Amino acid sequence: LWYLFSPSVDKAWKELTNILSGIFCASLNFIDSTNTVTPTASFKPLGLANGTDHRLLRYTVLPREVVCTENLTPWKKLLPCGSKAGLAVLLKAERLFHSSYHSQAVHIRPICRDASCLAVSWELRQTLTVVFDSFCSSQGKKDWSLFKMFSRTLTDACPLASESKVYVDISPKNKEKELLEVTPAPTSVHEAVVQGDKRTYAVYDLLSPSLFNTSRSLNVQLKWKRPQDSSELPTPVLHAQRYVSGYGLQTGQICTLIYNTHPYRAFPVMLLETVPWYLRLYVHTLTITTKGKENKPSYIHYEPAQDRRRPHLLEMLIQLPASSVTKITIQFERALLKWTEYTPDPNHGFYVGSSVLSALLPSVIAMKDVDVEQSPLFTSLFPSSDGSSYFVRLYTEPLLVNLPTPDFSMPYNVICLTCTVVAVCYGSFYNLLTRTFQGGGGLAKRLANIIRRFRGVPPL
Amino acid sequence: MGLLSDPQCRRALARLVVRLNTPLCALSYAAGLAWFLALAAPPLAPRTQMSENAMGSTMVEENFQLGARALAYARQFGARKAAAGAMPVTWLEQTLWALGLEPHRQPFARTLPFPDEARERYMVRGTNVYGILRAPRAAGTEALVLSAPCSEGPRNDQAVGLLLALAEFFRGQIYWAKDIIFLVNEHDLLGMEAWLEAYHDVNVTAVRSSGPLGRAGAIQAAVALELSSDVVTSLDVAVEGLNGQLPNLDLLNLFHAFCQKNGLLCTIQGKLPRGDGDSLPAYGQSLRTLLLMALAQASGRPRGDHGLFLRYRVEALTLRGVNSFRQHKYDMTAVGRTLEGMFRKLNNLLERLHQSYFFYLLPSLSRFVSIGLYMPAFGFLLLVLILKALDLWMKLNKGDAGERLEDGGEDPRPGLLALVPPVLICHGAGLALYFVPVLAQRAAAQHFPVSEAEGVVLTAVAIYVAGMALPHSTHRALAGAGERGWMALKLLALLDLALLLGCLALLNFSLGFLLAALMVPGAAAVQPTGPRVLQAAVLVLATPAGAVLLGVLAQRELEEAPAAAGEGWPLFLGAVGEGLLQHHLYGAVLCPVLALGAYPAWLLLWNVLFWK
Repeated sequence: LWYLFSPSVDKAWKELTNILSGIFCASLNFIDSTNTVTPTASFKPLGLANGTDHRLLRYTVLPREVVCTENLTPWKKLLPCGSKAGLAVLLKAERLFHSSYHSQAVHIRPICRDASCLAVSWELRQTLTVVFDSFCSSQGKKDWSLFKMFSRTLTDACPLASESKVYVDISPKNKEKELLEVTPAPTSVHEAVVQGDKRTYAVYDLLSPSLFNTSRSLNVQLKWKRPQDSSELPTPVLHAQRYVSGYGLQTGQICTLIYNTHPYRAFPVMLLETVPWYLRLYVHTLTITTKGKENKPSYIHYEPAQDRRRPHLLEMLIQLPASSVTKITIQFERALLKWTEYTPDPNHGFYVGSSVLSALLPSVIAMKDVDVEQSPLFTSLFPSSDGSSYFVRLYTEPLLVNLPTPDFSMPYNVICLTCTVVAVCYGSFYNLLTRTFQGGGGLAKRLANIIRRFRGVPPL
Repeated sequence: MGLLSDPQCRRALARLVVRLNTPLCALSYAAGLAWFLALAAPPLAPRTQMSENAMGSTMVEENFQLGARALAYARQFGARKAAAGAMPVTWLEQTLWALGLEPHRQPFARTLPFPDEARERYMVRGTNVYGILRAPRAAGTEALVLSAPCSEGPRNDQAVGLLLALAEFFRGQIYWAKDIIFLVNEHDLLGMEAWLEAYHDVNVTAVRSSGPLGRAGAIQAAVALELSSDVVTSLDVAVEGLNGQLPNLDLLNLFHAFCQKNGLLCTIQGKLPRGDGDSLPAYGQSLRTLLLMALAQASGRPRGDHGLFLRYRVEALTLRGVNSFRQHKYDMTAVGRTLEGMFRKLNNLLERLHQSYFFYLLPSLSRFVSIGLYMPAFGFLLLVLILKALDLWMKLNKGDAGERLEDGGEDPRPGLLALVPPVLICHGAGLALYFVPVLAQRAAAQHFPVSEAEGVVLTAVAIYVAGMALPHSTHRALAGAGERGWMALKLLALLDLALLLGCLALLNFSLGFLLAALMVPGAAAVQPTGPRVLQAAVLVLATPAGAVLLGVLAQRELEEAPAAAGEGWPLFLGAVGEGLLQHHLYGAVLCPVLALGAYPAWLLLWNVLFWK
């Protein structure tokens, strides 16, 4: 979650998280100062904004929370037709969560109301990303249809919608055409440059009446004409991996590997790391190596954590040479928590949120400036700053770190044992060590001495 | 404690300790041994039970049907392996890819400190291949591991086959919450160590591996599989890991529960429990199993590929298919179902396995002895050393006080300085025993007609024996201390030994207990007066090397494959070489503990015996 505020940030942030938590049935109310940071360079305001003061920005991530059906329902209610009509009829929770990947997002930003830009409107954009596992459901075949995936077909557009389209990526691979076919025939074909690559899309416009002429419903199907060998997947230009190395419960090391697979272009990447306070980072151990040599970041911003108040924040601008792997390591020590601070399942481990990589990637082919008016969807989904590069933001995987955990089942035993040991052993040993033993006397003499002390007479 | 602060009671206690010392020691020693032997009996070994809620009440239904497919994979793998003469890396990667997994390879290389003659390897090169099954909609924070070794010859082909079939079956399921890593490791433990070090990005041993790896988060549990036949009669489970570490008892309970559910015959230490009654044969069988486990734990050797996981706090065990002459056989489907059930339950885990015991001994698969029950046995043995030390301390002090009265102030007590030379010399001998054999292997191989591996072992033995001649060459440095001299030296040796054994028993109970059981009588009895030959014989039997030999022989005896008389020496040499290798390859501590701890302590006692 990230948000840019007008002044009185912290109060507004708290209100916002609680409101959002209510709207989306999500545990966003767990956001507090211990997991919120103020990044300086990784995020920029979207849409109309005149202030670029980074102090007004807040960013947080709750790696423990996962998206589930109860978050989908309120999300669907924000749509103009709910899930009653239009594309949203496809969103059946049972199918959406029977998939490999699921992500839903809500973006709000101020935009101009009209061309003259005298008044401000708010734009609400909702995105839902689902990856279906065709391998799992169709025995290795890669054909699909809307019905197969969603167990629903499209019947009409939402009456409130001004535009309602289905895009199917039919870009030819390796210059071979006609490998696949889509049925029914698309209403039009759209060509666009997406993330530095030329793509062809078949477009089904639900608002055009010709679609529903022949049959009542639209069931887009894609068939491969001959079986594909899928052994070559294109590797993305920028990807990253993060893990915890080392073993034992005292120290450890967070490693981030950033891959630049571009054959000849180097580019800078902005890395944002937030680490909870109970991992005590040793900043002097921060090393960045590329191809065996040290790589000095051109910009670095570090805010140390404060126990129980604020997480670590580390922002770096790193130059990635062409076709290289950059390894960033930083060592940490695991803190001992107070026993009430442990989560109910302490042996599961504690999460460290994903780090954020923001980069302007050089594109493979020259892009022409896409006309915003012509295809608003593509420019907002795949923004590009100019013709030669496009913007990418990556989130690495969250980490699971084990902290030293007491055995919660036996605090009573521990208290009893410790008290007994202290009382019995320490007392008697102290006694034995500090006393001088003299022959005779014993109990009688001691008693006599006590009595004499009461009487105010010097002891024997 | 009140007893001690009262001078009269103190004196009475001291008198008791001095006068009844020998009977008390004997009693305590006997009690310790008897307690240990009694551990195998049912009252001291309660039934195991599942403590982890996430695995207990939710029974899963197993649907694995691909037993025939597993055998087909096994045959293909065997054929490819025979054709390539090594791990068929490309074929495995392609197969894993075709199954819809994410294949990775990890090449590694390792040069052994000296040639391993038992397995015929010195400079090892290999490749581990593994595939990651990504859990749907999970962020890759947790993982489970199923591993099978790629061994030489047709061994363990079926394990790889079953692994691939399970991968195929697991890929089609939607319920996974943790990533699953299917690992085929080459060169058994060496490959496993290389993979684990690379996965955790540490370098504990001198393994070199190259390239970044695909990862899948923190590993929660691991199962290593060893199968060499198409059908099995029983499954044997191995738990003992490196340095006697054990996995959480719940993992074992899980395996036991699924064996019972599927009607599979399962054993531990290769021993079937003989009935559940209190009969003598049943007790005998339990005791044999218990002793075998103690011996295996004491050796500190990983008893399967799982053993190296435990260092990284990953609960792991090895399942080994046994094909004996029993009538009833189980096919791959039954074994696969057991594994499927185990993985589904592990997948249900919310936390790491932590509810049940980490310290236990197993007289059978369904019974366990917890740490609270077996520790007293060791406590009694240690008490012997402490009683003896107290006795010596009091004698030293009393004599001191008496003489001071007679001589009027002159202090004849041997200063602590007089004890420094023997202590230094003995520990120096220990250091030599630890460092010289491996360092001097080349010299040994050049000057004597032995191979390097033999050279290392024989140098170790030579240094060991040479150390025993020390009292004859060092007594000049110790002369003049008289009666008190050996008493003070023995006191020191006893305390040294007690400290060493006490620490050992906390880390590896079996090693501590077995060493104590052997060394304590000799240590308590030794003195320069009396029948020297008899004492020397007892002491020689109780030397650490003697303990190793006795351990090896006892293990062969308990496994019902007793060693012939002539076999003892080669077995002993093999065990010493193996121990040295285990230390240098995986960081097993048995060799340094014996060389740097037990051997010097024993040498001190040997010095006491030949005191002049």
